[in-house]
Amino acid sequence: MADEKTLELSKKDRQAVAWRHQFLQGSWNYERMQNGGWCFAMIPAIKKLYPNKEDQAAALKRHLEFYNTHPYVSAPVIGVTLALEEERANGAEIDDVAIQGVKVGMMGPLAGVGDPVFWFTVRPILGALGASLAMSGSVVGPLLFFIAWNAIRMWFLWYTQEVGYQQGREITKDMSGGMLGKITEGASILGMFIIGALVERWVSISFTPVVSQITQQDGAYIDWSKISGDAEGIKAALTQYAALGVNGLDQVKVVTLQQNLDQLIPGLAAVGVTLACCSLLKKKVSPIAIILGLFAIGIAGRVIGLL
Amino acid sequence: MNPISILLVVVVAFFAGMEGILDEFQFHQPLVACSLIGLVTGHPVEGIILGGQLQMMALGWANIGAAVAPDAALASTASAIIMALALNGGSSDATTAISTSIALAVPLSVAGLFLTMICRTLAIPIVHGMDAAAEKADFGAIDRLQIGAICMQGLRIAIPAAALCFIPAEVVTDVLNAMPAWLTGGMAVGGGMVAAVGYAMVINMMATNETWPFFILGFVFGAISDLTLIALGMIGLSMAFIYLGLKDYAKQNAGSGAGSGDPLGDILENY
Repeated sequence: MADEKTLELSKKDRQAVAWRHQFLQGSWNYERMQNGGWCFAMIPAIKKLYPNKEDQAAALKRHLEFYNTHPYVSAPVIGVTLALEEERANGAEIDDVAIQGVKVGMMGPLAGVGDPVFWFTVRPILGALGASLAMSGSVVGPLLFFIAWNAIRMWFLWYTQEVGYQQGREITKDMSGGMLGKITEGASILGMFIIGALVERWVSISFTPVVSQITQQDGAYIDWSKISGDAEGIKAALTQYAALGVNGLDQVKVVTLQQNLDQLIPGLAAVGVTLACCSLLKKKVSPIAIILGLFAIGIAGRVIGLL
Repeated sequence: MNPISILLVVVVAFFAGMEGILDEFQFHQPLVACSLIGLVTGHPVEGIILGGQLQMMALGWANIGAAVAPDAALASTASAIIMALALNGGSSDATTAISTSIALAVPLSVAGLFLTMICRTLAIPIVHGMDAAAEKADFGAIDRLQIGAICMQGLRIAIPAAALCFIPAEVVTDVLNAMPAWLTGGMAVGGGMVAAVGYAMVINMMATNETWPFFILGFVFGAISDLTLIALGMIGLSMAFIYLGLKDYAKQNAGSGAGSGDPLGDILENY
């Protein structure tokens, strides 16, 4: 009865599970999704907890059931499952249904946190940070992205698995306590803010048609006929340029449609395109079709001289 | 390309393919994959630049449930190989090579998507093999099947990558140079807009009436070029904390009697 635990998963066992858990999605399939990877991850624990072959076979089979969630937030689920299996191996009354129930009960709500937090907030932010450095050819860009991402990921996988293991089923009570909702909401706020900035900076559309050509008054442009060809002349031209700006280069000031739009707010067309994409995606248009469509628009726009 | 480069390209492509499904180490993200291919083909700087530009496009690409996103793994490896070939061919300059590779990445990402679907279907018999192995408590067989499935995903990218390596560099350069200006120019214009699709995917995932104002704020702050992305991140984080904090505060006060949170309102009501 009140035996002390005879079978216990050591830290090393749990680390082995955490390592294998990284390959969760390896055999992702349309039938039971992440089941193969889940079973693969559980193997070190099953080996340790069930010495006899029949129990091992039963354990393997119950961990090949349907399973699918975000691959990182799966870590606390596997932690809880380890705790349950440990109790069961020590004789507690925990049947297959209970274990599957905990898995299924946790995977849904957790996937709802994992997707917005990792795929739609952390990765876009780190990715954009790395990419903006990389576009100038700096090796720091890819290194920063790779190292920071993996540090966060590994810490998260191990830490949350341990929390799940230590707290066991208690953790499912915490999950409904609003904490997950708050994390999701906070991530959404941060994510939307950053995406807003990225749309402004990295979706580039430039309308090239010329809206107006104004012949400027004397003094508003550099009169090149009066500039001498030596160093003095260059200095005089540069001095005037500093005062007059870009429009001072020619007598005729050319205003493109884009310059007009930029005076309203820079990037307005970018937001338009983005919102159009949003509504097309909501209408179940494939993202690939939209991408190809944008290329078609780009080529057509260039041919007729609009873009 | 020399044999050592080809071998290393195939290795990088294999890792990218594995990560395309695992989504852990991120070898399949353009920033990492293009940089590595650039490195092993002797064009490290161009590879990094291509990776950065593709990454901006692919920021929102993620597979959520039934929704499928373009495949970043094949797009980034294949476009980086094509870029390397174009540069090896000699007569193409780096900017053209990079911008054309980006345009080519899109159809490739579609091809990659189909390959992913094939692999995910092929994985069904693999897990049936695991069922059989579980019956016999054969741990080794399950391990082998899982590793085999991962390798299959690796080959999904490694095989097309190897095939691309054997295209003579001159052919790629000639094709690039033969493209008319309106086509390359138009593709560059399209490439500038394509990032919007990835961002739209993110927005659709997170947009609520509560979060839209933050999008607008981000858009306006984004126009201030003095603010780096890190600065923007800190502003966003602070706003999230402030907003959630105030929301909590409002909730707590809601219970303690009406009007107490709004002294001016109380005065007006009493008036």
